[in-house]
Amino acid sequence: MNKDDSKANKKVEKRTIDIVHQGLAKRYRAEGRFKFYGLAAIVMSLLCLAILFISIVGNGYKAFRQTYVELEVFFDPAILDHENLSAANYSGLVKSTLRKMFPEVKGRSEKRELYKLVSPGAAFQLRKMVLKDPEIIGRSISVWVPADDDVDMLIKGYFSTDAAENARRLSDKQLAWIEQLREQGKVKKKFNTTFFTAGDSREPELAGIWGAAVGSFFALLVTLLLSFPIGVAAAVYLEEFAPKNRWTDLIEVNINNLAAVPSIVFGLLGLAVFLNFFGFPRSAPLVGGMVLSLMTLPIIIIASRAALQSVPPSIREGALGVGASKMQMVVHHVLPLALPGMLTGTIIGMARALGETAPLLMIGMVAFIVDIPRGFTDPATVLPVQIYLWADSPERAFVERTSAAIMVLLAFLMLMNAAAIVLRKKFEKRW
Amino acid sequence: MVFALLPKKSPNRDGGEVEIEKDLRVEDMEATPSGQDGPVLVSRENRQTVGVGTVENPRMTCRNVDIYYGDNHAIKNVSLDIGRNEVIAMIGPSGCGKSTFLRCLNRMNDTIEGCRITGEITLDGINIYDPKIDVVPLRAQVGMVFQKPNPFPKSIYDNIAYGPKIHGLKGSKSALDEIVETSLKKAGLWNEVKDRLDKPGTGLSGGQQQRLCIARTIAVNPEVILMDEPCSALDPIATAVIEDLIDELREQYTIVIVTHSMQQASRVSQRTAYFHLGDLIEIGPTEVIFTNPRHELTQDYITGRFG
Ligand SMILES: Nc1ncnc2c1ncn2[C@@H]1O[C@H](COP(=O)(O)OP(=O)(O)OP(=O)(O)O)[C@@H](O)[C@H]1O
Ligand SMILES: [Mg+2]
Repeated sequence: MNKDDSKANKKVEKRTIDIVHQGLAKRYRAEGRFKFYGLAAIVMSLLCLAILFISIVGNGYKAFRQTYVELEVFFDPAILDHENLSAANYSGLVKSTLRKMFPEVKGRSEKRELYKLVSPGAAFQLRKMVLKDPEIIGRSISVWVPADDDVDMLIKGYFSTDAAENARRLSDKQLAWIEQLREQGKVKKKFNTTFFTAGDSREPELAGIWGAAVGSFFALLVTLLLSFPIGVAAAVYLEEFAPKNRWTDLIEVNINNLAAVPSIVFGLLGLAVFLNFFGFPRSAPLVGGMVLSLMTLPIIIIASRAALQSVPPSIREGALGVGASKMQMVVHHVLPLALPGMLTGTIIGMARALGETAPLLMIGMVAFIVDIPRGFTDPATVLPVQIYLWADSPERAFVERTSAAIMVLLAFLMLMNAAAIVLRKKFEKRW
Repeated sequence: MVFALLPKKSPNRDGGEVEIEKDLRVEDMEATPSGQDGPVLVSRENRQTVGVGTVENPRMTCRNVDIYYGDNHAIKNVSLDIGRNEVIAMIGPSGCGKSTFLRCLNRMNDTIEGCRITGEITLDGINIYDPKIDVVPLRAQVGMVFQKPNPFPKSIYDNIAYGPKIHGLKGSKSALDEIVETSLKKAGLWNEVKDRLDKPGTGLSGGQQQRLCIARTIAVNPEVILMDEPCSALDPIATAVIEDLIDELREQYTIVIVTHSMQQASRVSQRTAYFHLGDLIEIGPTEVIFTNPRHELTQDYITGRFG
């Protein structure tokens, strides 16, 4: 009886804290599980990212170095005898130099094989030297010129010499010459400045990313200048000033729909409106930027509206309460608070625009363009299109250049994100 | 007026759980006030306003004001005057519509979606809900301290200087400095923040933020000040500073204060209005309301029956 009683009492005396303690282990287990899942997800995504990076860098890092061949060039006045120095026969100069280095080479086809060892860019290089300093005519100077892409591939070890001669890009003779040059120390891999300074080219060793980078820069500048002010203004108007009625609801629905429209549709729109109706130039970063801003606008508007909504109403009331007008309230209090969020949205939109190809194909930015664009209306291409074009090229040397171009694109992206973070920090620090 | 709460612990002989029996006995619910010589009280069912709401030469008048939040009828047919150089207190249980009523005196309710107001509210004889009225000068004239402290996420200095700046009250930097200093001093915050005026106002404690908001409001020299529980987070000393401030401001201005503290209402106000579930139940001189209420609901409230 007594025992029973105490048992009952114990049951009764179960305090809240005991119940809390009982459930505690389970709670922590759930928490631990959740942490583990989150960690696993992050590790997985980091792993995928690492694999992606390793494969891209592994494919592409060799593109940053290029094989050069040293030529002992005698700037022969007889060959360069032309009233217009810029039109003189520089490839003849290269050929005569090569012939002089390999005097044993006879016969047309053999000579042609010999000439193929160096890039056609060698002639341009010599021309540039002469135009810069005509005094060098008549003198002998040793010049490093880019090797042909096949030689480059051989030196980089992508080339198997085991295959039958007619199944290879380089003949036995060419291999022998290269071996000879190598022994003389006249073949060297050097940093590939061409890749960072030149535009596109049919010759991989002369192709560079700079033209596309400048095109991307101009196009994105247009996009930013158009979509950020318009997007922010639209968001502020819709969120702060527009009456809430059926029309604004309709507009909101449509903006959300626009954000989901496939980008190629915007390209078609750009083609129809900007090129065919307004007659803007084809392939121009100006039009590319306009098309991309059509695409980024809804993203910026949606992000900006979310940022505006997250500003606490008490701040607005505080401003109105001391007698600020609606405009002052928005400009002095709401916008500064919403700006970091707006910037984030803008950067997301711009990053998407940077990687976009489809709409640009429609307005002709897929053209093969050698010159570096110098303005908003020059024909240009952009980084992702350049990657696409190179990925489509048959030459082996373009494979590594494709990866290198992807690295440049990613670097661009990271730069933009870093800029966004810095800007955001700066604006957040203001209070 | 006795609440009897008699918890009883019954010993559990049969191993069951302890039962707590509540015996809530409310005695003489229908009784008249303790002072039997007083007038007969208006019964709880009667929701007509008791007392005289009008004053001579009023600063603001409210006539038949109804406020709705969507379908929620938050203020029901309230008429009262706010006199010159007086402090009028609004009391009443939580959710009875004090803030709602206060906010419509400077049209702060315009910002709330679905809030609708009918009736007439005038300031110096001009209907403030007239479509031709500009709310910016109205709010500069009728300042407000909100129930929840809402400092701007800017420096303490900028919080105070913002109002004077946008109204162009003081051009020079030194004049602004002076406004900031005097406003903070009046709100009893100067000594605590004078060395960190450039620090964010949001970094202050709750009570400090409340005083910062009071300082921000008085920095623009409003002629009517609406204060929604300005001392709810303040200690007795800071409360005393604010009450002194209210007393001082009354000499020039008109103040409407919402408070849950009846002592505060009786200390600072000349007239008191008691709200209950959207109705203005009783209005009159403060001493009368607190010593001699004429409505049962008012009496219930001030004697602590509920609320
Ligand atoms: N923004 C709003 N939207 C919808 N209903 C509201 C809003 N603000 C207040 N109400 C409603 O109006 C009524 C009165 O609220 P109010 O804030 O005026 O009460 P109060 O008297 O100030 O209470 P407290 O003393 O707790 O501050 C409440 O029923 C509330 O639910
Ligand atoms: Mg309130």
